[in-house]
Amino acid sequence: MTDLRGDFLGIKSPNPFWLASAPPTDKEYNVVRAFKAGWGGVVWKTLGEDPPIVNVNGPRYGAIYGADRRLLGFNNIELITDRPLELNLREIKKVKRDWPDRAVVVSLMVPCEEAAWKKILPLVEDTGADGIELNFGCPHGMSERGMGAAVGQVPEYVGMVAKWCKQNSRMPVIVKLTPNITDVRNPARAAKENGADAVSLINTINSIVGIDLDTMAPNPATDGKGTHGGYCGPAVKPIALSMVSEIARDPATHGLPISGIGGISDWRDAAEFMAVGCGNVQVCTAAMVYGFRIVEDMIEGLKNWMGTKGYTRLDDFIGKAVPNLTDWQYLNLNYIVKAKIDQDLCIECGRCHIACEDTSHQAITAVKDGRRHFEVIDEECVGCNLCVSVCPVEDCITLERQTSGIDPRTGKPIDPAYANWTTHPNNPSREAAE
Amino acid sequence: MATGSAKRDVATGRLTARQYAENFADLHPPLDTHGAMVEADRCYFCHDAPCVEACPTDIDIPMFIRQISTGNPLGAAETILRENIMGGMCARVCPTETLCEEVCVREIADGKPVKIGLLQRHATDALFADGKQVFARAADSGKRVAVVGAGPAGLSCAHRLALLGHAVTVFDAREKPAGLNEYGIAAYKTVEDFAQREVAFILSLGGIEVVTGKGLGSGLSLEQLRADYDAVFLGLGLGTVRDLGLDGEELDGVIDAVDYISDLRQAKDLSSLPVGRRVVVIGGGMTAIDIAVQSKLLGAEEVTLVYRRGKAQMNASVFEQDLAQTRGVKIIHFAKPSRLIGEAGALRAIEFERTSLDAEGRLEGAGESFTLAADVVFKAIGQAFVAMDDTVKLEDGRIAADGEGRTSLPDVWAGGDCVAGGQDLTVAAVADGKAAAVSMDRALRAQKAKG
Repeated sequence: MTDLRGDFLGIKSPNPFWLASAPPTDKEYNVVRAFKAGWGGVVWKTLGEDPPIVNVNGPRYGAIYGADRRLLGFNNIELITDRPLELNLREIKKVKRDWPDRAVVVSLMVPCEEAAWKKILPLVEDTGADGIELNFGCPHGMSERGMGAAVGQVPEYVGMVAKWCKQNSRMPVIVKLTPNITDVRNPARAAKENGADAVSLINTINSIVGIDLDTMAPNPATDGKGTHGGYCGPAVKPIALSMVSEIARDPATHGLPISGIGGISDWRDAAEFMAVGCGNVQVCTAAMVYGFRIVEDMIEGLKNWMGTKGYTRLDDFIGKAVPNLTDWQYLNLNYIVKAKIDQDLCIECGRCHIACEDTSHQAITAVKDGRRHFEVIDEECVGCNLCVSVCPVEDCITLERQTSGIDPRTGKPIDPAYANWTTHPNNPSREAAE
Repeated sequence: MATGSAKRDVATGRLTARQYAENFADLHPPLDTHGAMVEADRCYFCHDAPCVEACPTDIDIPMFIRQISTGNPLGAAETILRENIMGGMCARVCPTETLCEEVCVREIADGKPVKIGLLQRHATDALFADGKQVFARAADSGKRVAVVGAGPAGLSCAHRLALLGHAVTVFDAREKPAGLNEYGIAAYKTVEDFAQREVAFILSLGGIEVVTGKGLGSGLSLEQLRADYDAVFLGLGLGTVRDLGLDGEELDGVIDAVDYISDLRQAKDLSSLPVGRRVVVIGGGMTAIDIAVQSKLLGAEEVTLVYRRGKAQMNASVFEQDLAQTRGVKIIHFAKPSRLIGEAGALRAIEFERTSLDAEGRLEGAGESFTLAADVVFKAIGQAFVAMDDTVKLEDGRIAADGEGRTSLPDVWAGGDCVAGGQDLTVAAVADGKAAAVSMDRALRAQKAKG
């Protein structure tokens, strides 16, 4: 039997799908709807000090679309909760009491002073919440006031606040990291060194989704002016996966529990984040676009996939891709592939040809024997995967490995042994051969 | 089948005003902006795209579709019209399923081609709505050209010549320009007076004068035109409808489909058209389908289209055949008319002989016959070219012309349906006119260089 139950820092949930701290988790009403729909847990939308912040009354969201207005990227300028602290605490307490099997983690953001944290932590603890997530990520608005990303961008501050929280609370502490930083490993290391139980990432990315060419103002605009917001949605998934991977394979943070966030829209995205080391995942944009019901497919889809792979528990595949993440310098330079076009599947659109001809290696024909015909020229093909990427037909072009004989491009024999840049003769600082 | 003794039934006003309006509404309603964006996104922007190859006028289809997808419909329209000045009409009437859409890679991939025709209409409609003139004429060449026939071939030729700096006079024997676009095409394919709106757009370029009511044999002679102008283009179309070759073609109720369609297109009030209760159409081309469908839409009770060969041999596209059948037209294959049966000078029935094809594909009578009661029989078995001049060489009954439209006379070019090998397609006529104009321009400039 496939078991989706999650245990993250001792916080139990019936599945690894949590809703991220965001509008969908701002109040009891939404959270109860989410739990009814099947979500395993929530990170309650960030609480701050009273008086509550205020939001703009104009548009808070902007979007990037793909074909048929499919939302690919999303940004927002909404701040943390604008409801009174006491109201949120009361609702959190009630929800946790009514839904004891679900994870309820509370996101927090107060000024960078120990007193402020000392004041709010017992209030949260009193709700019976399962843990806290420190919002060091929000790139807009709050960062101008020295909170959110302004903290997350300084590893020393991250460590300092994490330490205050651990010292002043019995709750597990998750540090939410901002991607708006050069090397995300630094704040992660600081969090771990100072006792944080886990990190979660990524928060949103500084972004302006577009400029309205009629008004010459960014979108969204408030009374003709706009500001950068936080970018999220499917478009940010690759960035998030990379940052999670960096932390997962960094010797300094390896093994630190990670809650994956960033463009996760379905079970497959979730499985990918878990494969690079996340103990669970948090979702926001997909729920905001499609509603809470998407979790049904996330649950069933993940179960079905685990079943086909023979995984019975989440731990069976969590982190399984981490050993395959490496540095460029360790890639096997003796690995030779050539693109191959399946002529039966080819619909002759010619995109592979023009992409290769105009922008790569001139390795695909357009005409053969006077006829439109697309075929790889092995003598030119470097196996770059561009043609595979642009081909509209799945599996029509594949990369076929050559393990023996002569590489027709270089004229050199193919060496079946692994060899990387560190020992390559062209590398001026290569390691001496043993 | 008995001819029946019921009264011959040909009547006007068979339908209500609302029914006429519904029946003759746009056959393919235009895409809205979102629909166009979604459809445009399906285009793969192929390299050396097969659709362009299949288009007689070489429209850069992937480029105009990309322009639609980037929110640049006016740019898309310019891309279309640069190659095909009647891109608006062609978007409505081209048998795209046998041209660009037939070879679309998405047709090959999943049986659903990009809707190129509808996208072309979207772009050209945007330009017409905008009212912008996108072309500018070259400097005056000092050359004058006569174009005879203001149909697709003639207007295409005239526009290109004017663009290249020549002064063009277009003559047409009929009251209005646009040829079959105005008088021939089925009404539901070109609603809201599109043919004349398109002509107005073409003429708004400048440099083109249109003279109506004059044609070869009706006020003009080729000899005089050659004397008066530096070059002449003949875009004459086909002058006559083929007869069935049977006794009784003069009976009331035996009608040339082409004439009737012309009346229909010009009718201010469709309820004024006489429509038979039982209509029989003879023929297998686009005209046969058009008259059959339109008869049905005008309120005929039974419309039967009879073609002497099979479905596969019909000139009308499969789409058109399906259209006829979904509109309630009955199609009978492999039968040819053998006798028109009249009573008191009016048609009552028509007798057919069943046919078959022999091993060589030749038609032969099968001996067996049947009779259809008919109030009206439409002849739509093809049209023929009527030569109004004997100085230009003919081939297979039409004007002999090479790939550039050059005829046997050095200063005379020809194109469209009147030329041997003509394809009976608007888009092919437009292509002919354009090719001839380019050829004429080259010849006129060489003349000039010689002084």
